[in-house]
Amino acid sequence: MGASAIAQGLFRETPEPTLIGGRHRDTGRIVFPCPDDAARWEPIDLPRRGTLWSWTVQRFRPKSPPYIGPEDFTPFAIGYVELPGATIVETQIVVADFDSLTIGMTMKLVTTDFATAANGDAIRLYAFTPATEA
Amino acid sequence: MQDVYIVGIGIHPFGRSEGLSGLQQGANAARAAMADAGLEWPDMQFGFGGSDSAGNADTIVNELGLTGLPFINVKNGCATGGSALIGSWQAIASGAHDVGIAIGFDKHPRGAFNAMPAEYSLPEWYGEAGFMVTTQFFAMKLQRYMALHGISPTSLGRVAEKAFRNAVHADHAWRRSPVDLDTILNAPMISDPLTKYMFCSPAEGGVALVLASAKKARELGRDQVRIKAAVIRTRPPGSFEVFAPSMDIERGGAPTLLASKAAYEMAGIGPEDIDLAQLQDTESGAEIMHMAENGFCADGDQEEWLANGWTNIDGRLPVNTDGGCLACGEPIGASGLRQVYENALQLRGLGGGRQVPGDPRTAYSHVYGAPGISGVTILER
Repeated sequence: MGASAIAQGLFRETPEPTLIGGRHRDTGRIVFPCPDDAARWEPIDLPRRGTLWSWTVQRFRPKSPPYIGPEDFTPFAIGYVELPGATIVETQIVVADFDSLTIGMTMKLVTTDFATAANGDAIRLYAFTPATEA
Repeated sequence: MQDVYIVGIGIHPFGRSEGLSGLQQGANAARAAMADAGLEWPDMQFGFGGSDSAGNADTIVNELGLTGLPFINVKNGCATGGSALIGSWQAIASGAHDVGIAIGFDKHPRGAFNAMPAEYSLPEWYGEAGFMVTTQFFAMKLQRYMALHGISPTSLGRVAEKAFRNAVHADHAWRRSPVDLDTILNAPMISDPLTKYMFCSPAEGGVALVLASAKKARELGRDQVRIKAAVIRTRPPGSFEVFAPSMDIERGGAPTLLASKAAYEMAGIGPEDIDLAQLQDTESGAEIMHMAENGFCADGDQEEWLANGWTNIDGRLPVNTDGGCLACGEPIGASGLRQVYENALQLRGLGGGRQVPGDPRTAYSHVYGAPGISGVTILER
């Protein structure tokens, strides 16, 4: 079984996971995801590391639709990560111990197979995780 | 502009009303407000009203009478009630009318609000990934505020404890049993750092206010409570709002800051002149953050305020005297008008077991909601 990205144009997986943001052609403002408006926004690679801006834990299963995660629900952390010089992105957080999350800690981009498609393929989403190495 | 008075107030109890539509709850509130003013439906020269998910307010003429009055529907999210009030206020302040009614009502399904990405111009993946959950936003805004300004979980608990204690004395409240601080703090976590007692729930209910010119109010013997300010504002650049896949690093203001400032200017008074306040308490932390955003204290001072009980009924600034959204629930279309109802009741001295002592003369109300709107009113006796 394979894995496919939850949507096209959000992130790239090779050589390393990279989030694709959008930079406004006139103002230089950077947002995520890149708006579908090539006349005004150009795609750019966002920094892979940043700092945790805020976080919480989703303790109950979000309603479906729209949520597509497993019926057998496990709480997961979400947060905002500030990517220096770019923007602050909302993200799932891959972490074993929720209590270890601290605002300001260094985070790095990964991917997570958080759901399964009807054909059995994993559905892949970008995520951040605490960066343990220096 | 002429002065505008609140001459009649009515409420259909918040919570669950099996067998009654949201519109019928609004009609009940309207009948109560008109009876309070000593008026009847044919006396109403206009109406403004709305709900978020219980239908068009103008169909209320089927319930109340086909008098031919102009009735304008309002659909403005959490500011629906506040917008109806502003429309009504302007209709009288301008001199166009002498008396009219503002109505807000709602009836939401059980459980959390369920939003779809397309309703907010967001891509489908955003909802599929589990981000379309409003409680996450409130929790993350609060988590950062607590870290920056030294707010403790105990303070979150104190806000909820006060809400349920005040609601014991409010006939229209939904959750009217006291809950002790330990129970609140040790309850299951919904979205860290907020436990289940620290969030309000979607609910049902209706509120109506009859407004009149000074001349009409004197005729009715109801010239006690005057609207000093009624303001709504949308968000400024850099505000942190619900359902944002990204936001600018340079942070900015908040819609509440704009609405609050404009209301104080319109009323010609400041936060130090306010005797009691109803502040949007979607969750405990919202009340805490809104104390500062509305100018009542500095960021971080809420720890001292709550430890000393300064927002209790007998405190220096009683806040959410009927238990707020935490105890009343949140029927979106009615919630903002409930705050104004409670303020008018308090200024008339009819608060019963929850009456603010010391003959209060000024009362402040504040709503906040998606997608970054805030409404403030100031009443004076």
